[in-house]
Parts: sequence; C-alpha cells; structure tokens
Amino acid sequence: MTATTHDAGTRRDFLYVASGAVGAVGAAAALWPFIDQMNPSAAALALATIEADVAAIQPGQQVVLKWRGHPLFVRRRTETEISEAKSVDVSTLPDPLAFNHNLPDNAPATDANRAIKPELLVLIGVCTHLGCTPTVATPTAPQGEYGGWLCHCHGSQYDTSGRIRKGPAPRNLEVPPYSFLSDTRIKVG
Amino acid sequence: MSGPSTYNPKSGLEKWIDQRLPLPRLLHDTVHTFPTPRNLNIWYTFGGILTFCLGVQILTGIVLAMHYVANAGLAFNSVESIMRDVNYGWLIRYIHANGASMFFLAVYIHMFRGLYYGSYKAPRELIWILGVLIYLLMMATAFFGYVLPWGQMSFWGATVITNLFSAIPVIGGHIATWLWGDFAVGDATLNRFFSLHYLLPFIIAGVVGLHIWALHVPGNNNPLGIDVKSPQDTVPFHPYYTVKDAFYLCLFVLFFAAFVFYSPDFFGNPDNYIPANPLVTPPDIVPEWYLLPYYAMLRSIPDKLMGVIVMGGAIVTLFLIPWLDTSRVRSCRFRPLMKQFFWGFVVACVLLGYCGAQSVDAVKFGVPMVWVARIASIYYYAFFWLILPIVGLIETPKKLPASIAQSVLGDSAAAAAE
Amino acid sequence: MRKVLPLALLAGLLASTSAFAAEDTARRPVKDVTFSFEGPFGTYDRAALQRGFQVYKEVCATCHGLDHVAFHALNEEGGPGFSEAQAKAIAAGYKIPAEPNDKGELFNDQGVRLTRPGILADAFPNPFPNEQAARAGNGGKLPPDLSMITKARMGGAKYVYSILTGFHEQKPADFEVPEGAYFNPYFEGWAIGMPNTALGANAVTYSDGTKATIEQEAHDVSTFLEWAGEPKMEQRKSMGLSVLIFLVVLSGILFAAYRKIWKDAH
Repeated sequence: MTATTHDAGTRRDFLYVASGAVGAVGAAAALWPFIDQMNPSAAALALATIEADVAAIQPGQQVVLKWRGHPLFVRRRTETEISEAKSVDVSTLPDPLAFNHNLPDNAPATDANRAIKPELLVLIGVCTHLGCTPTVATPTAPQGEYGGWLCHCHGSQYDTSGRIRKGPAPRNLEVPPYSFLSDTRIKVG
Repeated sequence: MSGPSTYNPKSGLEKWIDQRLPLPRLLHDTVHTFPTPRNLNIWYTFGGILTFCLGVQILTGIVLAMHYVANAGLAFNSVESIMRDVNYGWLIRYIHANGASMFFLAVYIHMFRGLYYGSYKAPRELIWILGVLIYLLMMATAFFGYVLPWGQMSFWGATVITNLFSAIPVIGGHIATWLWGDFAVGDATLNRFFSLHYLLPFIIAGVVGLHIWALHVPGNNNPLGIDVKSPQDTVPFHPYYTVKDAFYLCLFVLFFAAFVFYSPDFFGNPDNYIPANPLVTPPDIVPEWYLLPYYAMLRSIPDKLMGVIVMGGAIVTLFLIPWLDTSRVRSCRFRPLMKQFFWGFVVACVLLGYCGAQSVDAVKFGVPMVWVARIASIYYYAFFWLILPIVGLIETPKKLPASIAQSVLGDSAAAAAE
Repeated sequence: MRKVLPLALLAGLLASTSAFAAEDTARRPVKDVTFSFEGPFGTYDRAALQRGFQVYKEVCATCHGLDHVAFHALNEEGGPGFSEAQAKAIAAGYKIPAEPNDKGELFNDQGVRLTRPGILADAFPNPFPNEQAARAGNGGKLPPDLSMITKARMGGAKYVYSILTGFHEQKPADFEVPEGAYFNPYFEGWAIGMPNTALGANAVTYSDGTKATIEQEAHDVSTFLEWAGEPKMEQRKSMGLSVLIFLVVLSGILFAAYRKIWKDAH
C-alpha cells in the first residue's frame, strides 16, 4: 500500500509540473502577438525604404525628404565644399568615426567615407545632440563657421561633410543605408 | 473573506506584508483554502471561465484601442488596417470579436445554471443581483463595441437601439438627441461610444469583484441546493477546483479557438464589412445573437412604447427573481414540476432568439414568427411572475439528502436523487 | 438572410416594392463551385491568385476599387506570391494622386489632377475620384469596392462567381428588368446594375496558357477577391492548427491531473 501511495504522489507531482510547464509555454507563446503588435506595422515597413530622383538638385542646393519619420538631407555639394571637407585632418575631429551605415562601424570620418559619390551627400537630418533638425548653410545665410549645418537648439555646428565640429553634439550626422539605383536615382533604407 | 482566516504566514517577509497589506491572506482564503462544496458539477466552472473571458476582452481591447481610430471617417479603415497591416492584428481582433460571443455564451450558461439550482435564493440574493447588473453592463458594453467598426450593421444597429429611447413620452426625443450628440448617429456618437466601451469593462471588473466577494460570504450553492453542514461536505478550493476549473477552461478555450481560427466571421454579419452609409438601410437589421431574444420581444409588440417597456421589463424582472420564487427548496433536482417549467423557459428563450433572427414578416413551417415570439414572450413573463411564485407554493419537493457528503460519498440511494 | 444592396437605386426600389415581390425575386442559392481555400487546410492557389489579379486589373478595375489592399500585400506571405520587384513594378504601373508639388499645386494647367507612380506603401487607386463621380459614370449606381466583397456578401467567393457567370440564365417571361439594369438571378432583386458584358470570354489573355473562359476568369477573380478580403487566411489556419494541437495536449494533461486529484475525494 505504501508503495502505491508513494507512486500516486509522484504521479500527481509530475502532473502538476507538466500542466504548469505546458501552460506556461502556452502563455508565453500567446504573449508574443500582444508584444509584436506594437512593432511597426506592414504599412510602416512598406515606407521604410524610399526611392528618390536626385537629378534636379543643383550644386549647393539641399532637398529635404522624409524617411522613417525623420528629415533626410540630400545635398549636392559644390567643388569648393568637397575640397573644404577633404582638407580636414580626421584626428582633429570631435567624432573621428564616419557613422556611415554603408561602412563598418570603425571606418574613419574621412570625407570619402561620408558619401558614396562625393558630390551627393545623404544624411539623416537629426542633430546627434538631442534630435533637433539642423539648418543648412547657404551662401546668403551661412550657418555657423564650417559651411555645413547649424543646429539652433543648442548651437551644434557641422561642416560640409556633415561632421560635428563645434558644440554639444557628440557625433557626426548619421549617414543612412542607401544605394544608387541609377546615376540619378537613390534608394534609402 | 468570511469566517476565521486559516492563513499562517511562514517567513518573516510574509508576516511583514500580512501586517501591512493582507493581500496574500486574502488570496489564501479565497482561492486556496476556501471550503467549496465537493459536489459542484461542470456548470459551476463557468464562473472561472467568465473571469477568463473578461480578462481576454480587456487585454485584446486595450491592444485594439492602440490602433483603432474613433472617427466616423477613419474608423472603418482603421479596423481594416488592424486586420491587414498590424502585426497579428487579425488575430487580436478575431479574438476580441469572437470573445464577445463566447463571453455571452458562458454568461447564459452561468445564469441558467443559477436559475436551475436556485442559486439566487437566500442568502445569495445579492450575488444574483450583482450578476444581473454585470449582465446588463455586458450588454451595454457589447452594444457600444459593435458600433465601433462603423460598418452598416454598426451604424444601423446603433440607430435602432438609440431610437428605443425616443419611445419615452415627452422627453424621449431629447434623450435620443442627447445620446447622439447630433441629430442622428454620427461622429459624436461614435466618439462617446468608444469612450464608454473602454470604460465599462473596468466597471464590470469592479462589480465582478463585488460578485465574488458576495459569493465568499455564504459560499457556493451546489447542485443539491442544500447548505454545507460539516467540513465533510467541502473540499479546499485548491487544488480540487483549481484543477477542475483549469481543465474545463481549457476545453472552453479549445471551442473558442476553433471559431477564432476556422470560422472567425461565424457570429458576424456580412453587412458589417460594408462601411456605414447613413443613406442606405440594410434590408434586415439584426443585432448580435446574444441580444436576439430581447429584440424578438421588442418586435413582437406592435406599439413602440409598449415594445420598449416589455423588453426593458424582461431585464428588470431578472433583478426580482429572488423574491418571486416562493419555494423552500433551491435545486430543481428536487422540484419535479419546476424542472419542467425551467426547461420550458430555456425553450422559450431559444425560440425568442430564433424569431429575433428572422425578418419581421417571416413565416416558418406555416407559422408566423411574430406569433411564436409573442407566445414565447408571454411564457417568459409568466415564468417569473406566475410560475415561480405559484409552483413554489403548490409543489411537493422530493426528499432532500441529509448532507452533501452523504449524497456524494454515502449510501448510493441518496446519490440517485439525480 | 437577404443582403444589403449598396446600390441606392435598387435599395430604394426594394423598399418601395411589396414583401411579396421581394420574396419572389430573392436571389438564387449560390452555385456549387469549389475553391482551393475552402476547409480547415485550404490554401490559396497562387497561379489562380495571379490570374485573378490580372482579371481584376484588366477588367474589374475599370469600375471597382480595391481601396483597402496595398501593393505591399502582393508580395507578402500567403498572397499571390509576386516578388518584391514584381509588386513594385505593378505599383509603379498605377497613377496615384500626387501630393502637392513644390509650388503647392495639385492640378496642372489644364486642371488635370497631378499624379505620381505608385509605390509599395500605396493602396490600389480607386477608378473614380469620389462617390459622386462613380455614380455619374455608372448611371447613378455605385460599383461597390471589392476589398471585402467576399466577406460582405452571404456566400462569399461563390456569390461573386455566381454573379459573374449568372448573366445568361433564362429570364422568366413575366420578370421586367428595369431600365439601366441587367437580369441576374443570383443578385437580390434579380436586376443588377453591372452590365452583362462586364466580363466576357477572353477578356484577358493568360500568360500561363490557361484558357480564358468566363468560368475560368470568374473562378480566378473570385479567388483573388477572397484573398483581398482575407490576406491572412493561410497564417490564420496554420497558426490555428498549432493552437488546437497545443490545447488538446494541455487538456489531456489537465484531465489526468483532474482525475488524479479527485480520485481521493470520492
């Protein structure tokens, strides 16, 4: 009799553990849809990659697109702006890394590492300090000392390569993943 | 909650908490050691199932509200984007939509069980009344919720139901306008219905708390309808009823899941996949199945005000049942006459539901459905206002067993009272 | 149950006729046609979806919108199985009303609405700019949006199939078809606003060599519209199977535990 009672106890314990374990697995699996529903929807993902025609952008001109909810700067640089950006010694920069999603994380912030084609700069227009949108410099309205962008929130200044030169921003303007579909058409994201 | 607590805090931490917030004690006494009659059958598992349903509706509802837009111009599209674009949105919406039907299915079983075993009788009147209140709140919540997808049936269902209030003499028209926030069901109505649809479930949860609290004072009724007399009559809630409730809940979820995954639109109406159009009324306006019996009553009366009164009275009557029943015996197991009238009542409710789903002028098997609905409505009222008081007085109940323990464990003759 | 007719004229007609007439011209039961997506394990036939898409695009889309279906759905799992490049090309083939241009214009000098090529995030553009234009172009009747047509009608895809193949049934001699309507006994009231020439044999040329009979075209487009209404059906059924299996296993374990625990109590 004692043996059967003991077995019965073991079997009961096993059933407790089994129902608890299987129930827990089910609950965990059921939880996932409730978590995943807060991730970007298929509609948001369909907009995560955009294509744009850049042929009409004149040298010295910047157009602002919207990409993943952020401003996207597409700037066709003049020869002067490019050579200015190239002449900077990377070791003197506050942020010596390229911050370019098309290159390895440790790529140095040379001007060549900031753009796929030197004349066309594609940057996420979000100041790396606290997320404001920097203002682009034009010949009539220079923004800061470096000919690139000035963030009016806290005075971060970027050069013609979008690299941080002065002010509180810790990093260069981010270069998004992008590629050229043709000479005049880019795909971002 | 009732009687002396058997909670015995073991660790220092448990003692510390117990002296400050005796929540573990409350849980221990209500779901752990709570003495529960040992003879509860399958129909007593629906209380737990209903708690589960409420939880599921609140959880999925909160998620849907993250994606839904309560605006007459955008609501329909936002529901479609939930179905198509939101990750698992289709699953969550199908659970919510079918969950409403499952909730009502369970609540009807729960209520019929209460009626059959006399669970509304002293000292459980307040449990019953709180239960009817929950049922009423559920109907309001379901009605508001059905409007939200802003399909044709949403819109016209809302129009028809809110127009019921216009039957009230003198102020009825003003009440309807006040409910709409406009001169017809529109954007303002949709917004307030969304707000109330979000609010009411939490009020339901509060009343459920009171319902359970009230249950834990006298303890559960049971299929024999006799009082618990000795500890022999009961078993601790855990593990006996936790495991039993869990098993039947699992079967219920299986049934629920079959609809969600294999026939998600079974309880729905195709017209609700057509965007609301205030200029075109669908040929047949049908409420959700769980409201059909009342709808049938409403339509069976040719007079507008009388129809509304009859329908409202059918629900008000439910509150009064504890005092309409004159029987000394609770359970229909020992009431041979009442048992037959009870099943007649179930048939009347099903017939009313069937009639409510037909068009007004429908004739089935050579019988005009409106007359079936009238007879069933009369039976509904007669059941509560005549049968329940009279049968209690004239009926000779069968002999009650001496105790639950004797019935379950003891001599088999008593067990055969079934 | 009789179903709503979103055609204002016909609904008005029905409301004004007696119950007798409405009963008399109640729509016939849908044709008994089978589809691959039926049953608990049914899936969409990819080739039929692609052919059905072609029928929608080349025939139905002249009058009917597909407002809730986005181009990105075309290459999602459980759909017609177009590649992303194909879906992009399909989207780019549609003209979408453009956002205001740099000068803030929505119309060109001739007053024509400016457009841009569609992208994956766009939905199928409606053939008409608004409901009034759609009615004006269709003799006062509104061609319903087809995104959820199989869910919004009793009979679903079979209903769509029956309507499309039901124009040439013998008309009872005493039935008068109102002007501007066409006889179709599968439609409530028997008089439909959609012309009986809407879908003919060889209305499309299938690239996979399938013969484009009316039945074939109707079957394909009904499949496509079923998918348009329920793009997550395959996910739903396959997830359902795992959920049901799981619940059966859990029920079994709980039943064993229940029996074990209650054994001592009786």
